[in-house]
Amino acid sequence: MARLTRRELIHTGLGGLALLALGGCARPGSASGRFDDPGYTYRALTSGDRELVAAIGAVMLAGALPTDAAAHGVAMVQVVRGVDIAIDGLPPNVQSEIGQLFGMLRFPVTRAFAAGIWSSWENAGASAVSDFLARWRFSNVELFRSGYQALHQLLMASWYGNAASWARVGYPGPPAV
Amino acid sequence: MTTAIPDPIVEGLRRGWHVIDASAIDHDVNLEADAVIVGTGAGGGMTAEILSEAGLRVVMIEEGPLRSSSDFHMLEREAYPSLYQGSAARQTKDRGITILQGRNVGGSTTVNWTSSFRTPPETLAYWRDRYGLATYTPEFLAPWFELVERRLSIHPWDVSPNENNAVLRRGAQKLGIPTAVIPRNVKGCWNLGYCGLGCPTNAKQSMLVTTIPAALDRGAVLVHHARAEHFTLSGDDVSGLVCSALEASDQRNRPYQITVKARAYVAAGGAINTPALLLRSHMPNAHRRLGLRTFLHPVVLSAALMPEPVDGFSGAPQSIYSDHFLYTQPIDGPIGYKLEVPPIHPLLAAVTMTGFGTTGSARLAGLANTQVIIALMRDGFTFASQGGAVELRHDHTPQLDYEITPYVWDGMRRALLTMAEIQFAAGAKTVMPLHESAVPYRSWSEAKAAIAELPMEIMRCRVVSAHVMGGCAMGNDEHGAVIAGNGRHHSAGNLYVFDGSMFPTSLGVNPQLSIYAIVARNANELAASLTGRPLGRRIV
Repeated sequence: MARLTRRELIHTGLGGLALLALGGCARPGSASGRFDDPGYTYRALTSGDRELVAAIGAVMLAGALPTDAAAHGVAMVQVVRGVDIAIDGLPPNVQSEIGQLFGMLRFPVTRAFAAGIWSSWENAGASAVSDFLARWRFSNVELFRSGYQALHQLLMASWYGNAASWARVGYPGPPAV
Repeated sequence: MTTAIPDPIVEGLRRGWHVIDASAIDHDVNLEADAVIVGTGAGGGMTAEILSEAGLRVVMIEEGPLRSSSDFHMLEREAYPSLYQGSAARQTKDRGITILQGRNVGGSTTVNWTSSFRTPPETLAYWRDRYGLATYTPEFLAPWFELVERRLSIHPWDVSPNENNAVLRRGAQKLGIPTAVIPRNVKGCWNLGYCGLGCPTNAKQSMLVTTIPAALDRGAVLVHHARAEHFTLSGDDVSGLVCSALEASDQRNRPYQITVKARAYVAAGGAINTPALLLRSHMPNAHRRLGLRTFLHPVVLSAALMPEPVDGFSGAPQSIYSDHFLYTQPIDGPIGYKLEVPPIHPLLAAVTMTGFGTTGSARLAGLANTQVIIALMRDGFTFASQGGAVELRHDHTPQLDYEITPYVWDGMRRALLTMAEIQFAAGAKTVMPLHESAVPYRSWSEAKAAIAELPMEIMRCRVVSAHVMGGCAMGNDEHGAVIAGNGRHHSAGNLYVFDGSMFPTSLGVNPQLSIYAIVARNANELAASLTGRPLGRRIV
């Protein structure tokens, strides 16, 4: 993609903001129940958010999660729950920004045009999700880069704050005191 | 926890300290004092000790929680949300820089990495020349530095550096770049490496375990989970402080207020929050300087994969530094930078490292063998580096609008080159600048060529900060400063700014010791004026 001029960037950025606002109006999708976690009450994520966090998380954290299917499933529930806890600990203004980002990614029209994901998140293929992340990561539009960075931070914080991730990276955990 | 490490906070509460948890009150609270201090970090803690020691009645206001060693489990997922501003993810307005800043009783001193440097003479000379701060000489400040260094057991780290620090020293040595040992504020340090998550053994001489307990023992009052909303004004002077009680869980306002009337009002909420408090209070701001010139020492990072384990999560996080690149050019020439290393714990490492999926995971799989150097840009010494501006959002919370100028980016690119060269000299197998377009490079020549081409832009190049300074610059009124050199506000005669927001430029060193010493001096002057007794040098 050609380098955008600053002026173009501002215009695209404003268009992006409109997309965000549109997405923010979207209502949460219907619950599928995959991440209805009986031991935990979600405070920040709607059921639709949980689907997209799981779909993006599986790709963002590929190679770090257990490969065994059952263990992978358990880890994904922990990842989604960890993202909820992480968002819940953020100041109200940041929570609302993340709410707008998730709204945009949930609402089918903005999901398709901004993220290039044409199916539901539940049915999105790993390569489509990976392409979306790579596009936002290197986008010339700051809004998309910031969206990628937010997803990266939330998912990394969720998984690597979890003791289940530590053995793989050679971290022994805190010493005994 | 199996052993019983004495917890000075738990013990003090048992002794009957006057501590109010505003997240649990069910009515408004009205307090009176000689001095009310907003914020309990380096500036607020030091002030509380000095004023209470002078026999003055002190109230401390803190928006964060009261946590102590019994709560410090060395777990990132617990520490960041409970002890840091914005869960350790506070960002500048354009999201280009992530800021680590404390938010708890003890402020950033509870979670900093203990590095303690005196204000560099070059920085003081610049302040004297440009801001009319005639008394700010190394000689004038020396006794105050000595005083607080003694109080907080500040001394060069006399244990071997951990491998993460040793790599910096080894690589620099190979290239003829001088390094030195960092002085730390620790007493009986266990060398665990978890300073950033709250010291579990109370070895770190933070405000939480030193000055604040001392003030509370002398009858000072601490109100935590209370956010200072604004000062009320009467004529030019401040006539009161209004605070909101906060929910412990989500930091939202509760329907109760804490109001404090005092003879003197001390703003010590740290840079960003102190200018915001003054903005919310509509303080006279004739020169329109309030909140401006806020500096960050913006940091870029370089990660090396070493052939042997580094275990950067273990051992004193910062013990070796190099100031070489602060002095290869004049202070107002191309931007200089200080070299240090950070602790490497999995959560913070994972959010800071670049990449995702199998590539990103493979990089993190090498965590135990990963060595990281950081370069801190000395911002604020030329027209091309004016820092950022603190603004208020619609909900009156602050944000920092800080644009990284081409002048600063230039230094960042040079620093990425420097760090890669040092890491290869120390034997790194690969070096990866933390930049989305960078990959692990296998040789210095490969890295050198690639770094020269990296697009230096926000949210491509990783930029972080742990040092927020300025926004209420001290200096002569005619220079447009917000406060005088003694910390007193230029229009409100009973308002004082005693924290990192007083600095007219960045420091070029980790800020805690500069805050302690300058505040110790200024708080003693305030104590003298409130008591009518001559200025002494009072700290226990």
